[in-house]
Order: sequence, then structure tokens, then C-alpha cells
Amino acid sequence: MKKKYLPYFLVSPYLIHFAIFTAFPVGFSIYLTFNNWNIIAPMEFVGLANYKRLFSDATFWKSLLNTLIFLVIHIPLQIVIALFLAELLNQKIKFRGFFRAAFFLPVIVSGVVVTILWQQLYGFDTGLFNRLLVQIGLGKVGWLTDPNIAMPAIAVMATWKNVGLYVILFLVGLQTVPPQYYEAADLEGATHFQKFFKITLPVINPTIFMVVVLSTIGGFSLFIEPYVMTGGGPLNSTISAVLYIYKQGFFYYHMGYAATLGFFFAMIILAVVVIQKRLVEKDR
Amino acid sequence: MKRIFYYIFLFVGAITFLYPFIWMISASIAPENEIGNLILFPSTLNFNSYKLMFEKIPIARAFLNSMIVSSSITIGVLVFGSMVGYALSRLEFRGRDAIFYLIIFTMTLPFQITLIPQYILIVKFGWVDSYFGLIVPYLMNALSIIMFRQYFKSIPQDLIDAARIDGCGEMRIIFRILWPNSIPAIITVGILTFMASWNEVLWALIVIRDESMMTMPQLVTLFAVGGRAESQLGVKLAAATILALPIIIAYLFFQKYFIQSMASTGLKE
Repeated sequence: MKKKYLPYFLVSPYLIHFAIFTAFPVGFSIYLTFNNWNIIAPMEFVGLANYKRLFSDATFWKSLLNTLIFLVIHIPLQIVIALFLAELLNQKIKFRGFFRAAFFLPVIVSGVVVTILWQQLYGFDTGLFNRLLVQIGLGKVGWLTDPNIAMPAIAVMATWKNVGLYVILFLVGLQTVPPQYYEAADLEGATHFQKFFKITLPVINPTIFMVVVLSTIGGFSLFIEPYVMTGGGPLNSTISAVLYIYKQGFFYYHMGYAATLGFFFAMIILAVVVIQKRLVEKDR
Repeated sequence: MKRIFYYIFLFVGAITFLYPFIWMISASIAPENEIGNLILFPSTLNFNSYKLMFEKIPIARAFLNSMIVSSSITIGVLVFGSMVGYALSRLEFRGRDAIFYLIIFTMTLPFQITLIPQYILIVKFGWVDSYFGLIVPYLMNALSIIMFRQYFKSIPQDLIDAARIDGCGEMRIIFRILWPNSIPAIITVGILTFMASWNEVLWALIVIRDESMMTMPQLVTLFAVGGRAESQLGVKLAAATILALPIIIAYLFFQKYFIQSMASTGLKE
């Protein structure tokens, strides 16, 4: 083979794969949003009907609201717990490796497993949480059956699953702070708060930004948790973006409308991530 | 004095993350009447839950399917990722930067937009209920290309020049010269890819309908959601244990690599 063509030979698998599984789907997805199609019957051009339907679709708005509720609980909880555990791991302690490994375990395990386990913990009669509540003399809570509580309950579970990753990332950040900084601050008589806001926070800021971005993407990708635990109920209170696409596409075979939902959610994710990025850059 | 509080918090934290898994394994081997009790140590061992599980669902077949799919994807991602990564880091050619930016761009593209059309492609290719449908869309991975590109850049040019003088072709250079010198990159990409494909469930739910072709997480999901577990908690937990165990065992041995690999994807951002 001629040397000149060799690089193109090496990158060709990527380009072919990109054309078939990324470029074509993106283009076709946009085309689909103007059509109704169930894959079997011929495609029917409907103009902007799918978009009109989307704006008046209560379930679509509900799924957006649910994602927002998820993020409002998930992001702060994740940052606070991860920072707290990372600070503890950053002290001079024994068994650091064991604690680190324990915090990280849920990160590597399948979401299906985590969901099945938490379904039991959240159980109304036999679940751990309600048993504890009853023991201390309080009433049972419908963790997955009360429309006001089901989505926050899923957000707490997701925090438990992911927080270990951010413990590690915060720890990496904390370890880059030279200890002299804290010693100097101690000599000046700085309080804990001052040390945290003046020394620690600037160092871990990029990690906080990452938690926000990855959690946002994660919130819009939520699927298996509501699929297994609640099926999107009660009263659509846990229907997520991807679960709604899945239902429209693979329950009702509304391919055009499902593609419209997918396109819209993708645009929202990109917009949110870009805005978050801008805010951080302005901050610096 | 302060130390004691550190250990108390750390210990409570560790229990919080470990307890559900320990309970899962214990309850799956506990006698029927103890399963619901949130016990940690069953009074006697009882493998009835596992026996029932094997009777109810083709879990062995699903295990095989998952192994075939995850291994194929991992090998594909390693081979293609290093080919493209090599070209982008070590060869000069027109369009190189454009391809690099294209790869960066695809990393930011939300999967929600391609989900429906990719399914339609699989239908049109006739790949529903086949390994191809599960494997081919995942054979190429932008992050792994970037990782290989990054790692190959750090390898001394002398090594490659010497191999060229010895008459090595470019493929041999990649797999005989670069690979033995890139073990950390291979481990990182390998772990990330295998773990992601082992745990993937949405795509399997979409392209596989035939029970004999289902992957482990898919079969366990449908078993847990559908009525077939018949509220038999023990069987559900046995299925969850079987699904989690391969990754947990790998984690026990390669814990450091798992943590480093996952952390490196975050730090790249």
C-alpha cells in the first residue's frame, strides 16, 4: 500500500462508522420530526404537527419538570456529600484504601442492581427506611407511591450510586492544595469557613462544574431507575426524558414523535451545558 | 479526639455504601422465611433462590450473550481506537485536525437524538435479535480514540523509527511496538468499555425481543419488572447478585485500576 493512503486507511473504520451510526441518524432524526411513521406503513409527511403536539403535550412538560426536580436535589446533595467524604479521606487516617474502595463500589455496579436493591429499601411495609421510621415512632412514607416523594427518592438513590466517583475527583483536587497554604492561614488566625472559601473552593471549582454538567446529562438520561421502580408513575411523577422517548417509540411506535422528543431533549441538554460553561468562564 | 469522629463518619459512610450489597448476597442464600428480614447473616445456607432462578429464566444463556457482546465490543474498541489514535497522533495527513475535531464533537452529542434512527437502522439491516445489533453500534468510541491518541503521543519517536528501519509495517508498529508500551491506556480503555457494555440495558431492551438473545442486565430487568419474579424477593436478589458479581469480583482484584480509569474520564473534561 502506498504510504500516502495509509493514514486514511487507519481512520477509515472511524469515518465509516461515524457516517452510518452518527451522521446519518442525526440527519434522519431531523427528517423524522416532520413525519409520522410506525416503521411498517409508508411515512406520512405532517409538517410541523409533531412540534405543535410537543408544546401542548402535558407529559412532555411533566418529564422536563421531573428532570428539574431531580437535578435540584441531586446536584447539591452530591456536591455536599462528596466534599465531606473527600475531606475525611484527605485527613491522616488509616484504611484509606478500604474506605475509598467502599465509597466507589456502587459506581461500578449496574444501575439495574442498584435499582432492585433500593426498591426493597423503599418498600412500604418491609423496607428498611419505613422500618426505621416506625421504630422511632413516626409513620410510614410512600417512597415510591407518593407523587410528591417518588422523584426525590430516585434522586437520593442516584446520589448514592454516583457520589463515590466525585469523592475521588474532589480528593484529587484537595491533594493539589499545598499544605503550607493552610498552615499560613492558621498563623493568620483564619476560621474554618475562611479557609474553605479562600483556599479549598477555588481549587475544587472545576470539579464542582463537572458534577453539575455530568449530573445534568445524567438527569436527562435517567431511564432504568423509573423503568424498574415506578414505570414513570405515580401520576407520571417519575417519567423521565428517555423513558418518555422509549414509551412513544417502542410502546406506541410513534417514531416521528419519539424522534421529535429526542431532538428536543438533545437541544435542551446542549443549551444547558453551554450556559453552564459560559457561567463558569465568566466566573474566572 | 477529633480523629475518633473522622473514623465514625468514615465507618458510617462505608456501611451505607456496602450494606445493601452485603444484604443482597446474604438474602439470596438465606432460607425463605429470613429473606424479608434485612438480615446480614443467614442462619443456614439455602440455594433454593438460585435453583428457582435457573428454572424460571435462561440466565446461563444471558450470561454467555453478555460475555460475547461485552468482549467483542471491548476488543473492537481497543483495536479500532488504537488504529485511529495512532494515525491522529503519529502520522501527518490532510484532514487530520478536522477528524480530531469531529471526534471531539461526537463526544458532546447527546444520545437521545440518535436513539430512534439507530433503532430504525438496526431494523433495516435485519439486525434485530442478533449480536450484530448489540455490538456494531458500539465498536467505535470517541473517548477511547482520544485516550489512545494522548497516550501514543508520549511514546518516544526513536522506538517507532527503529521499528520502521527493521521493516515493520504500520499495523505491526501499532500492535507489536506501541501496545506493549501502552499497557496503562489499554487497561483503562478496556475496563471502561467492558464495564459500560456489561451494564448497558436501554439499547438491549430496544433491539432484543427474543429471550434467548437477551443480555444479563436486560433479562434481570424484565424479570424484576414483569410478573415472573412473582414477588419472590429471594429469586430477584439471586438474579441481581449474578448480574453484579462478575464486575464486583473484577473490582476486588483491579480496584486501583477501576478507580483510576473512572477518574481519568472525569478529569479529561
